[in-house]
Amino acid sequence: MLSLDDYQRYGRQLILDRFGLPGQLKLQTASVVVVGAGGLGCPAIQYLAAAGIGRIGVIDHDVVELSNLQRQVLHTADRIGTPKAVSAAKAVEVINPRVRVDAIVEPLEPRNALALLEPYDIILDCTDNAPTRYLISDTAVSLNKPLVSGAAQKFDGQLCVYNLGPDGPCYRCLFPRPPAPEVSGSCEEVGVLGVVTGIIGNLQALETIKILTGLHDGKPTLLIFSALSSPQFRNIKLRSRRATCPACGNEGEKIGSISELDYVAFCGGQRPDWVSKGMEMGTPGGRIHAQDLDESLKSETRVRIIDVRPPVEFGICHLPNSINVPLAELVADPAKVTRDEPPEETATYVVCRLGNDSQLAVDVLRNAGMAGIVKDLVGGLRAWAKDVDRDFPVY
Amino acid sequence: MSLTIKIEFGGGLELLFSNQKSHKIEVPSKIPARERSESERAVDLQYLIFWLRDNLLKERVELFIENGTVRPGILVLVNDTDWELEGEGEYQLKDGDEIVFISTLHGG
Repeated sequence: MLSLDDYQRYGRQLILDRFGLPGQLKLQTASVVVVGAGGLGCPAIQYLAAAGIGRIGVIDHDVVELSNLQRQVLHTADRIGTPKAVSAAKAVEVINPRVRVDAIVEPLEPRNALALLEPYDIILDCTDNAPTRYLISDTAVSLNKPLVSGAAQKFDGQLCVYNLGPDGPCYRCLFPRPPAPEVSGSCEEVGVLGVVTGIIGNLQALETIKILTGLHDGKPTLLIFSALSSPQFRNIKLRSRRATCPACGNEGEKIGSISELDYVAFCGGQRPDWVSKGMEMGTPGGRIHAQDLDESLKSETRVRIIDVRPPVEFGICHLPNSINVPLAELVADPAKVTRDEPPEETATYVVCRLGNDSQLAVDVLRNAGMAGIVKDLVGGLRAWAKDVDRDFPVY
Repeated sequence: MSLTIKIEFGGGLELLFSNQKSHKIEVPSKIPARERSESERAVDLQYLIFWLRDNLLKERVELFIENGTVRPGILVLVNDTDWELEGEGEYQLKDGDEIVFISTLHGG
């Protein structure tokens, strides 16, 4: 039964052919769980809540940060520091108070995945890392629930419904092994346009509603979105379940018990913490701290600063008189820097965003035979902004 | 005789191919026989993968090819269909085919 005011609230979708009152009642009695209340999760939760899904679980252990607001549209400036799951629940309360939201401020891990996802009809993967994606897929297979999976990066997105019906493939059927870390980065490392996560998150909500209301055709497809390509959307016809899949197949070796699997190791180990790695001192005397660089810039006359960030980042902000030689160019041709043999006693300081690429650059320059003072900035320009120039932008 | 094939890379794989997503290439329509006992055969997807390695790949071959085929994390699409439905490496290329190689994205 719908409440009287719900006829009004959902009127625009109630009158849709093939949706109707039965469709609305299905949504009202349905439960979905959204893992990750970030760039994908926010728009997905927003539309699922507005459409009248009965119960939405939101799993996220992160807190809202200023750098999230460009794409994580349920969070607000006044909720910075609040757990994302709680913030998303507050946003839903404002949109549609009748939706029940379970805010789960816990990381999804092998030990708790089955228990956390079990109460829901459909699982949405809105996470941002490979280990959790494999964990969610294996859990969806084990619980026999459809998995609506989205991913976005830069200007590109992917959408796929896994484990749908008797023949639908799982994530492992398509991607038995994670991609090499070298070709996959996080949104923080490589960037993402907010609208792109919005498009994919919305599509996840759409596919979820289609499955719940019986409007999904059940055929396995992978949707690839690329904002700058033409056409922007490609729909790929996919194989069925792979008999030899270690998660969902019925032949060959199996993955075993989820709670005992090490997904992080499977995906190539812990992702480096680039901020703290950029702060490591390395070989004594090889690096320079921001305050010392400041001193040196003030006192020494013969100094040059090489900034090895990509040109687009150099264009955001840079130190006065610094020269931009992107790391890739420097590696391909160190002579770009070494051939302009500076006057004697010139000190060369290499800088980048966090202090990792600059270390590689110094190695390249030394190996190319560069002598004299060649050092790089510990902690990169982020450390410069923290310790020397508070007005220097941090991005 | 040669075939014109459109190649697309996605999900970060383009980084291995001069950071360029779309390529238009020409490959011979027949693979020449290596030995006298062999006959010429039509060019297939398996041949294309090695052709890409030898002609277009710029770095780190191990991130593209493993054990004589594409690395397991890479999905191959033939004219918008999973290559597993098209015979995988044995699929015979046709003029104007579009072959897509994508790696799975993780960001969110």
